[in-house]
Amino acid sequence: MDAIAGRKPIVVWALNISVVLLVLLWLFPTLGLFVSSFRTGDQITASGWWSSLFAAEQTLQIRADDPDDNRVDLGNGRYMVEGNIFGDQDFGGEMKAWSTSSRRLGENAPGDTFDLGDGETFTLNADGSYVWEGDDDQISGRAQRVFIDAVTPPDFTLENYNFVLFDENNSEGMAKAFFNTLTVVIPATIIPILIAAFAAYALAWMDFPGRAILIAVVVGLLVVPLQLALIPLLSLHNAIGIGKGYLGVWLAHTGFGLPLAIYLLRNYMVGLPRDIIENAKVDGATDFQIFTKIILPLSFPALASFAIFQFLWTWNDLLVALVFLIDASGQTTVMTKQIVELLGTRGGDWEILATSAFVSIAVPLAVFFAMQKYLVRGLLAGSVK
Amino acid sequence: MHPALQGLLTIIIGVGGCVGYFYFANLLLDKVLFKPEGPNAGRNINRANMIRPWLFLLPAIIALGLYLAYPVVATLRLSFLERLPGNEFGFVGFENYSKMFGEPKFIEAMKNNVLWLVIVPAAATGFGLLAAQLTDRLSWGNIAKSIVFMPMAISFVGAAVIFKLVYEARPEDVAQIGILNHLYLVFGGAEPQQWLQIPFWNNLFLMVVLIWIQTGFAMVILSAALRGIPEETVEAAIIDGANPFQIFFKIKIPQIMSTIVVVWTTITIATLKVFDIVFAMTNGQWETQVLANYMYDKLFRANDWGMGSAAAMIIMLMVTPILVWNVYNARKEMR
Repeated sequence: MDAIAGRKPIVVWALNISVVLLVLLWLFPTLGLFVSSFRTGDQITASGWWSSLFAAEQTLQIRADDPDDNRVDLGNGRYMVEGNIFGDQDFGGEMKAWSTSSRRLGENAPGDTFDLGDGETFTLNADGSYVWEGDDDQISGRAQRVFIDAVTPPDFTLENYNFVLFDENNSEGMAKAFFNTLTVVIPATIIPILIAAFAAYALAWMDFPGRAILIAVVVGLLVVPLQLALIPLLSLHNAIGIGKGYLGVWLAHTGFGLPLAIYLLRNYMVGLPRDIIENAKVDGATDFQIFTKIILPLSFPALASFAIFQFLWTWNDLLVALVFLIDASGQTTVMTKQIVELLGTRGGDWEILATSAFVSIAVPLAVFFAMQKYLVRGLLAGSVK
Repeated sequence: MHPALQGLLTIIIGVGGCVGYFYFANLLLDKVLFKPEGPNAGRNINRANMIRPWLFLLPAIIALGLYLAYPVVATLRLSFLERLPGNEFGFVGFENYSKMFGEPKFIEAMKNNVLWLVIVPAAATGFGLLAAQLTDRLSWGNIAKSIVFMPMAISFVGAAVIFKLVYEARPEDVAQIGILNHLYLVFGGAEPQQWLQIPFWNNLFLMVVLIWIQTGFAMVILSAALRGIPEETVEAAIIDGANPFQIFFKIKIPQIMSTIVVVWTTITIATLKVFDIVFAMTNGQWETQVLANYMYDKLFRANDWGMGSAAAMIIMLMVTPILVWNVYNARKEMR
């Protein structure tokens, strides 16, 4: 098509630019969270995450050391405070200019001595060392404020991850929730696959009365909202003694995942070549053998795509866990629930929120990028024919 | 027992149980009940083959019946009952429904849900189609697609946190850390806005989250559909002098219409059930209530099973047309 229509360079440019914009629009929200999870709480509140990616020109507002504690008597009623404006911390940035008032920002160069009037002077060097001199009245009470125009390089830390994942004193940590989520997800992914594979084979390759109706029922159940299942099933679980717990949530996820599993697998199995199956039958293979030796290995792509769906869905689920798993003790909380809790209790602590959220997002993202091929294939099998 | 150990045990019991069931049930059928030998060999083989499909289907039928079909009936029943003290239930007819329709919060949830249903599927399908078409012939199109598709893997709760940061508002005199307010101020906004607390518009800001997630899904499927269009139709249109817009709207769109409908309805269903986003971001405050969250409120906060079930039935009722349509199509395809 390109060859026939030809393409003006300007069209190609417009196309590329619009796709870049689209991609940026989709990437930016996640990127913001990702970047924020590597910044300290102070950094996050001091500037937007987008400015942290580049060496930033910032105006830092710092006070000199408390004069009442630190001043040195020079005699003749003169006092002096000496020190480093950045304290003990290593200042990674570069000082461009400074001043002692927000109305005269950037007026003094590093190394200048500024006259504050009535004999009070302030000297600030590029390395942050300063000398503040004046009489008894001037060098007392509140310390002198200094406004420094500085260029600071990007500065990131792993401290948040350390705190969220490994700090044992952190009662809101994600480590336990992470393992709980994993405990929910793995059986809830494996068990429905097995049940569905047998059912899908029966629906695809075995002939029996009622098959068409069963397929229609599965298609219908695909869209039944699981909201309907909450109360009846919770009562049922309570009645038979499962109550709230892992077993309940595994069963629930199995039940809710089955229609999609059967549907996907049946669609795939129907497409397998008829010859292979009939040859095997002629050679005397039983249905059970055909299923385990031929169909299952051939259906690997479909099994993989359903496994990814079910994994993502159970990992990211909140509602089913809230209803069937998490009891008053809070011992079985999952990551999604933990994040919702954090949103309530630590709504402003973005370093904690961002890191916790990213911990829960990281695993599905890794699975997504590693197995994207199967995910796409599964989506297509489920929707387009 | 440690949950991880319990999990491992469940995998073993679950998987082993499943495999064992299928294996031994087959064995029972072939070796004990209907032996393919002796005078009745032929009849026995036929009988075994008649029973075997049901053997394969049994676990799935039990699970589907118990976890999806039974709840529909049970919820319908609960929606006509009220809970009396001492675990008793009394029949109240349509009272739960009439009480619900009298509640302003429910009307608000209905209105918002309709708004969600109109906007989200349309926007997600539209953006998806746009993304699919734009990336179609691009050398780095696959990378672009991956990135637009990526939110698919992110949980609604994770997305809620992501967008809370986007919408974050800080007092006017300090630096904005939410990019929306930052841009708003850069482009001449007077003061930072609490985006999630402005009635009506906050609904749109919540919808953005779901659109952001669902666009990738729409894009992937529509992109495959676009690739499936026969080249000749497009070539013929070019030779006849059609411009790119005409090709897109008059040649391509009509050919992928059935796929667009599938995408649209799939997103519609996802939208109907939306719960986590609202639960995590506003919890229905500031007039952002939706049906699923309203239902959760009734069931687990107010402990009113009758009204909660009635709300669930409303969601079911809204899904039903799509359900019927899906089943109808599936049956048509099978013939």
